[in-house]
Amino acid sequence: MKGMTLIVKKTTQLMAGIVFMYGIYVIVHGHLTPGGGFAGGVIIAGSLILVTLAFGSDFLKLVKEEAGTTLIESFATLMFILIAVSGFFFGTRIFFNNFLPKGVVGHLISAGVLPLYNIFVGTEVAASIFIIFLSLIIFKEESAQ
Amino acid sequence: MIAYIMCFVLFLVGLYGVITKRNLVKIAVSLSIMEISVFLFFALLGYIDGGVAPIVDPADPARVYVDPLPQALVLTAIVIGLATTSMLMAIIIRLYRKYGTFDIREIKNLRG
Amino acid sequence: MNQLVPLFVVIPLAGAFLIMILGRFFSELNKYLASAILLILAVFSIYSLVTTGENPALYKTGGWEPVNKIPIGIYMVMDGFTVIVLCIINIVGFLSVFYSISYIKRYTAENYYYSLFCLMVAGMNGVVLSGDLFNIFVFLEISVISAYALVAFGVEKNELEASFKYQVLGGIASFLILFGIGFIYWKTKTLNIADIRHVFSTGYNRTYYLFVEILILTGFGLKAAIIPFHAWLPDAHSSAPSPISAMLSGVLIKAAGIYVIIRLFFNMFIITENMAVLITTLGTLSMVIGVFLAIGQWDIKRLLAYHSISQMGYVVMSAGIGMILISRGIKPEIASLAVAGGIFHLVNHAVFKGLLFLNAGAIEYTIGTRDLREMGGLAKSMPATHATSFVASMSISGIPPFNGFFSKLIIIIAAVLAKFYLLAALAVIVSIITLASFLKFQRYAFFNNSDNNKNLNIKEVPFPMIFSMVVLSILCVFLSLLAIPAVRDVFLTPAINILTDTLKYSTSILGK
Repeated sequence: MKGMTLIVKKTTQLMAGIVFMYGIYVIVHGHLTPGGGFAGGVIIAGSLILVTLAFGSDFLKLVKEEAGTTLIESFATLMFILIAVSGFFFGTRIFFNNFLPKGVVGHLISAGVLPLYNIFVGTEVAASIFIIFLSLIIFKEESAQ
Repeated sequence: MIAYIMCFVLFLVGLYGVITKRNLVKIAVSLSIMEISVFLFFALLGYIDGGVAPIVDPADPARVYVDPLPQALVLTAIVIGLATTSMLMAIIIRLYRKYGTFDIREIKNLRG
Repeated sequence: MNQLVPLFVVIPLAGAFLIMILGRFFSELNKYLASAILLILAVFSIYSLVTTGENPALYKTGGWEPVNKIPIGIYMVMDGFTVIVLCIINIVGFLSVFYSISYIKRYTAENYYYSLFCLMVAGMNGVVLSGDLFNIFVFLEISVISAYALVAFGVEKNELEASFKYQVLGGIASFLILFGIGFIYWKTKTLNIADIRHVFSTGYNRTYYLFVEILILTGFGLKAAIIPFHAWLPDAHSSAPSPISAMLSGVLIKAAGIYVIIRLFFNMFIITENMAVLITTLGTLSMVIGVFLAIGQWDIKRLLAYHSISQMGYVVMSAGIGMILISRGIKPEIASLAVAGGIFHLVNHAVFKGLLFLNAGAIEYTIGTRDLREMGGLAKSMPATHATSFVASMSISGIPPFNGFFSKLIIIIAAVLAKFYLLAALAVIVSIITLASFLKFQRYAFFNNSDNNKNLNIKEVPFPMIFSMVVLSILCVFLSLLAIPAVRDVFLTPAINILTDTLKYSTSILGK
């Protein structure tokens, strides 16, 4: 896949970092404001897709990228399950138990395990949407060859 | 009431598209239209006239809140819809590579 | 015991992603890891079958206790009927994945195969265990999306086309189910099945819920391939790799379709005679039309797929007879006999149809074709496949002493006692046509010596495939023990009681 023109590349350089940071903001504040893991993950994936589209990359690099992203996605899902199961070992023997201290309503570090869930859901969603995008490109490139 | 009926009409529009269209991508788009009509229906279910966002304010407990559960359901269903749509698109790209066409009339190996 | 119920979902879900990570670094590990996971689940489900009696095990996710006896969290329920279906899923799943160890070698991307297999099992376990209407939908989609991918696993023309058809029809089914769930939530303001039943028993608007019932029946009927909605099944089940065909045909259409239909129509909706007659009619139609479509097929797996439709017709028909009797409020013992026949046939069909698809896979593995006309004379060169497929064929056609005979006998006796003589006669006729169809399969595949010189150097399949087939054929014989009343009381009666005593599910979960 070829990259786009200089104007697009320059604008992407300016925008992509901000979009990525905004995604992280949405994920981290998931338990306080509307949004959360899924919305923030989609925003992060959007910034990654933006960069890939603007700068393009060759076929082999795409395959390598896809492999790495799959690892991250599986890892995030496993961590999510691990947190869910850890509720089983701490306290009341119940999955999805919120075993950490709840803190003060409205503070950034509060609500027990919910921020952790949000972070891993965000990672998972960003990785999986990026995988979908990459694999669709890979299919297309394969058929072009 | 008219909004609920429009949901159902949208569903039927999608169904019409799935049944009559010959292009694989158009079938996928029609499926998405059906999906969106169901999501709209769920969003309408939670709506209460004059309700506000369901963040409970201890100072004013008697306020009317909209029902938050359908919103959670719609979010879950959107994620599932993302998975189905991307799966369908992947299959369509593969089909295009094998057959060289998007026309469903040309793709009929299986029958009987 | 109660606290361990979610492990049925957690173990395969975690296993699926563990395979994706570890399989990248250790290429041989994936098959053993998947087999180990399914073996653990199978042992665990048998343990639950033995321990769960009349009282459902209840699990509240996240520890949300009910407020004013109104449930607010997601419930997972394990009762007699659930446990039976769980056993089917995990035992047939283990044998299929063990079979895959040799079978799947000719495909690439084994990691994805085993990972999707575990995801599918996790989804099906979730559907069966969930006590919450929307969660049934979520787990249903997990298992069905994995099934879409697994049907297309060969990425050839036929596989892709079958998967596309399956996805479009499955998508429509999902939206109909979601619409039905929305309509139920609109009126009852709850999603818990037991609580919905409680709300229904205080007031039931028949015309409104008739619409909802038809939406739900169409949706799950599409997933279960009852006859007017069957178009995707023969393509999808014949195109998938054989262990996956065994899972789809043996387990998925039951867990995702028949189980949910039976559970919702017995334990959630109030049984009306119109719906009962409609369900019985659909079941009878699938039973009769399915077998007539099957008999003309020359592709083994297509033939077996059409027989799946026909055999599921038996199950739906007997459940429908039970519903008619319950709605009329007469002869409760005959109603429970009909339901017993249905559940018994459900278990039996999972075993013998799984076995038949594994046999078809073994034949395809050795001679590379699925067309009956190109086979012949395999009886000498493949003794194990021949013997096991003979057991399965006799079992599906209802020949004593195999299990299929007893379940069909119970269904026919129930139909006669309920004075549905036409249905009983049709059941017997369909059974005879099934026998004819499978005698054709036996003759052309194993005995016809038309081109024996071509097939002389054929070897028997490797050990894992033989092991799975032999275990399933032993199960075929031993499951007929369930016809003995003493054995039936232990395993089948809790399931029958929770279905026929329609209020019991709701009261035992809500405690009111």
